[in-house]
Amino acid sequence: MSSVAAPPATDLAPRIYSRNVDDFAIPLGREEEWRFTPISKIKDFFDVQDWASIGCETGSPFVEIVSIDDPRLNDSWLPTDRASAVAREGASQAVLVSIPTETEVAEPIVLQLTSTMLNNYAHIEVQTGAFARAQVVIVHDSNVNVSGSIVAQLGDQSQLTLLSVIDAEEPVRQHWHWASQLGRDAEFLGLSVSLGGGIIRTVPHITYTAPGGSAQMLGAFLLTGQQFQEHRILVDHSEPNCTSNVVYKGALSGEGAHSVWVGDVLVRREATGIETYELNRNLLLDEGPRADSVPNLELETGDVLSAGHASATGRFDDEQLFYLQSRGIPESVARHLVVRGFFVDVLAKVNDEVLRNNLMKRIEARLGMVDHA
Amino acid sequence: MSSLVITDLHASVITDAGESEILRGVSLTVESGTTNAIMGPNGSGKSTLAYVIAGHPKYTVTSGSITLDGADVLAMSVDERARAGLFLAMQYPVEIPGVSVSNFLRTSVTALRGEAPKLRTWTKEMKDSMADLQMDPSFAARNVNEGFSGGEKKRHEILQLGLMQPKIAVLDETDSGLDVDALKVVSEGVNRFKEATDAGVLLITHYTRILRYIKPDVVHVFVDGRIVETGGPELADSLESEGYERFAAAKA
Ligand SMILES: Nc1ncnc2c1ncn2[C@@H]1O[C@H](COP(=O)(O)OP(=O)(O)OP(=O)(O)O)[C@@H](O)[C@H]1O
Ligand SMILES: [Mg+2]
Repeated sequence: MSSVAAPPATDLAPRIYSRNVDDFAIPLGREEEWRFTPISKIKDFFDVQDWASIGCETGSPFVEIVSIDDPRLNDSWLPTDRASAVAREGASQAVLVSIPTETEVAEPIVLQLTSTMLNNYAHIEVQTGAFARAQVVIVHDSNVNVSGSIVAQLGDQSQLTLLSVIDAEEPVRQHWHWASQLGRDAEFLGLSVSLGGGIIRTVPHITYTAPGGSAQMLGAFLLTGQQFQEHRILVDHSEPNCTSNVVYKGALSGEGAHSVWVGDVLVRREATGIETYELNRNLLLDEGPRADSVPNLELETGDVLSAGHASATGRFDDEQLFYLQSRGIPESVARHLVVRGFFVDVLAKVNDEVLRNNLMKRIEARLGMVDHA
Repeated sequence: MSSLVITDLHASVITDAGESEILRGVSLTVESGTTNAIMGPNGSGKSTLAYVIAGHPKYTVTSGSITLDGADVLAMSVDERARAGLFLAMQYPVEIPGVSVSNFLRTSVTALRGEAPKLRTWTKEMKDSMADLQMDPSFAARNVNEGFSGGEKKRHEILQLGLMQPKIAVLDETDSGLDVDALKVVSEGVNRFKEATDAGVLLITHYTRILRYIKPDVVHVFVDGRIVETGGPELADSLESEGYERFAAAKA
């Protein structure tokens, strides 16, 4: 097993990069990166168990189910926390999407994840060769527990859109590490849609292996009732002239719903001339929920084009509702318009109209909204 | 023929400091085909009256009644009032992120007319109405009121007035924030609407300027939560020269 030297540690960068589970202590909940997480409810995610491995159904010739030991899997990616190290160790197979050099795939490649057991490890890898273009859509509709990773490795000047949809009921627990590595001038668009679930924690990391990469990481999440979701993003700028744009929008309703968004952006000394922006907006649909939002920007160089962040959490605006209703629009339709409007800039990035409408329908269904379209 | 009848209306707002009464016995009738101007100093409760007619949830009616052609307006939800034929052009129109003007207007017109307008005729209707108000067609794709200038917001309100064709329209300070050219365009929009529909108009304003373009039949002076004097158009002229001091003194 080959490995790469870990980049120098900073406040925001992970301290440990390793495939060895025991290199990571079992989280206690006091650690900065775990302080919001209900650790006691995912204790079984921290030791290798006898769990199944996620498979997938797809009609695409670019997708294969391979052994976790397959030499084609990216060995430059290393887990950065105990959960992802356990998942890598415990998985017996991987879903490998491989787009050859200079290949442009027009239709979205849809991976419908499949599972045979209640508890599962997952390892999904997407590799794009130089100049390749593809859209990969990962849909997971089974109500099962998953601990896994989505590793994307973008070749020089390749373009990848990666959309992952989790739409799960309340008891479901899922932990997903995303690692996206961008080659020279590569363009990455990540879209993470998380609806429902008992505990959903996603940890997307974006890194650059050469100058000129541009990454967008967008998220839409929705919680009701007693649900918990945490989205902890790290953009690690280590190369010059790259860009990153992180936008997460969450809507919450119900007593006990709790979301956490942490957006860490690290701009290392050598990452000159970069542009970065991160935004989190949360919409509280009633008085019950709690949304934590923590943007962190660590600049080791002042030589950047722009660096900014914004975060805001607001109540559903009764003035908006009044305005729409005063134009004859019934309350339920008015709410539907406002929530749709809230997510529209994130969902607008989904080029495929069928997919976009499908996502909106899922959101509305989770909100218990009837369709008036 | 429609008439909006307001009788001895009292309304309060709940604030952190407790309940405070803002409307203190308003009585007023607006008939089809007539324009009633309400003029009064800042903070006298004009917008509150407009909001209470439209059903804003912040205000509580403590006594009195509002009826439209005999139907109890106070028993209706906000959207029911609109569908019954009431319209409020707001002093401060609300921004709605992510909702385009065209989607908003079409949803509204669908609710008001009871069926979705045919796409082709609708697009033309909307385009023509925007052109009448000298609004650039690109506004259709913009989000409702988002980033609109004060004047653009007012044009957008009057655009809605024309498309929604209410029986009774309340226009709250539609003239504020408009330069003279824009004032003419917006006033023409209101006058076109009046001629086309014979609707009743309740025109709330601070200044007599707009009354040169939209002729009132009746002028009410509104001070401290109630109407203190009613007269013809000449009353507006005397307010222009004398201001509200006379009435403020009467109140004290
Ligand atoms: N939601 C509210 N909360 C607290 N006070 C309010 C509220 N709405 C109105 N008021 C108070 O009621 C009074 C009347 O306000 P209103 O906006 O109706 O006046 P107006 O006549 O429209 O004034 P203007 O000419 O400035 O538009 C003011 O003193 C205002 O501060
Ligand atoms: Mg006012």
